[in-house]
Amino acid sequence: MSDPIIRFDNVVKRFGDHTVLDRLNFTVNRGEKVTIIGPSGSGKSTVLRILMTLEGIEGGVVHVGGEPLWHEADGVTPASEAHLRKKRGEMGMVFQQFNLFPHMTVLRNITEAPVRVLGLPKAEAKARAEELLELVGLTEHMSKFPHQLSGGQQQRVAIARALAMRPSILLFDEPTSALDPELVGEVLGVIRRLAEEHDLTMLLVTHEMRFAREVSDRVVFFDQGRIREEGAPEEIFTDPTEERTREFLKATLEA
Amino acid sequence: MLFGFEWDLSSPLAFALSILPMLGTGMLVTIQAAVLGFALALVLGLVWAVLKSAPLRVIAWPAAVVTEFLRDTPLLVQLFFLYYVLPEYGIVLPAFMTGALALGLQYSAYTAEVYRAGLQAVPRGQHEAALALNLPPTRKFTHIVIPQAVPRIVPAMGNYLVSIMKDVPVLSVVTVLEMLNVARIIGDRTFDYLIPLSMVGAIYLIMTLVASAGVRALDTYLPKEGIPLK
Ligand SMILES: Nc1ncnc2c1ncn2[C@@H]1O[C@H](COP(=O)(O)OP(=O)(O)O)[C@@H](O)[C@H]1O
Ligand SMILES: [Mg+2]
Repeated sequence: MSDPIIRFDNVVKRFGDHTVLDRLNFTVNRGEKVTIIGPSGSGKSTVLRILMTLEGIEGGVVHVGGEPLWHEADGVTPASEAHLRKKRGEMGMVFQQFNLFPHMTVLRNITEAPVRVLGLPKAEAKARAEELLELVGLTEHMSKFPHQLSGGQQQRVAIARALAMRPSILLFDEPTSALDPELVGEVLGVIRRLAEEHDLTMLLVTHEMRFAREVSDRVVFFDQGRIREEGAPEEIFTDPTEERTREFLKATLEA
Repeated sequence: MLFGFEWDLSSPLAFALSILPMLGTGMLVTIQAAVLGFALALVLGLVWAVLKSAPLRVIAWPAAVVTEFLRDTPLLVQLFFLYYVLPEYGIVLPAFMTGALALGLQYSAYTAEVYRAGLQAVPRGQHEAALALNLPPTRKFTHIVIPQAVPRIVPAMGNYLVSIMKDVPVLSVVTVLEMLNVARIIGDRTFDYLIPLSMVGAIYLIMTLVASAGVRALDTYLPKEGIPLK
């Protein structure tokens, strides 16, 4: 049974002369938890950023929820802003650097978009924010500013902020890479709970191999803008077929 | 006699007191020119900053050339240009307006730089987070970008306000009766330059101190919790 909610068809992405994604084909099924691993510079972030429309593409088609983000006629033709807004509304993104709004309280960070974009009444947005803060274990920090929180706490707020928009797809770009080692666990804990308790589709870029192995339905190994290997976590981590995958895993585990 | 006030040469103190209303009239002109020029610089500078950051070269380039020109040529040259050249093309402005325009134009090139730096100091991640949350561009600008840029901009803008006040005397060469020009006229007529010029210096000191204090007060009052400022 496959019901792709994300589909990359021959997607080409270039920065100048540098081809980052070369005819990438890649799908994620509804409700699936997929982890992307791979060396730095292999195009992992680019995949997420294209989905979130933070980057455009030079060729191919990216489908989200069964509809293309941009249409391909001759080259890639831009979709209307209204269409992109609708598509972005189906996704939430958690950034490596959190990207919380530093001048807004935790509560305001979470309620700003639901109020301004979804048009929720303030009281309802606040109630929802409180629920989400409870989920990420930060209820008592509601009226603090981001700089008063640890990195791990900030990232948990960022997760709550993304969830407040009720996305069906959640994108994580190395959510724990900017954290001190002792703070990684609390963030992974929250993501793990989301993965286990919600039917969200999750696409996660991470270097936390043990975590990837535990939470993902499928692991995708990226190398130089292509998928070198993909499969169930046990296969990839215990018995990869590709030499590159082996080397990468060996190097990562030694680090 | 000047502006309907008579000077009293009986003693230095009497003289000083008698010319105070004349200098006061000049001071008002100075303040008006500075305020009008500064307001123009604030508005026009933002326009330049936006144009210069435009993705289209045909827009960004001319804006860059114009601001470079405004910044790197003397105020006096620009003033003469507006005062003597514009009328040849049928644009005749009062001397005061010409002066305020010249101040505003030159300082708009400086404020454009302040705006640009302030806007660039807002990290790209902020724009990306706003986009990912689907915040409309205007909302992003007014509630994410501006609140983070303004506290970074205010101190530098304050310096330019003080600086523009100190440049107003340049307008005297095109007959604007600002404070220094008034003092000079008093000196020419009474042969006492020391007292009027000293008074101009003192009044300038007070004006710039007040302006700086005002900017500092605004700076303290602005909410900047959480915004990293260097
Ligand atoms: N804005 C950009 N301009 C130019 N090159 C970029 C840009 N963003 C990413 N790249 C390049 O694209 C490649 C893939 O980047 P990225 O997707 O961030 O890799 P990863 O997340 O796997 O480390 C890298 O070689 C990177 O240098
Ligand atoms: Mg990356």
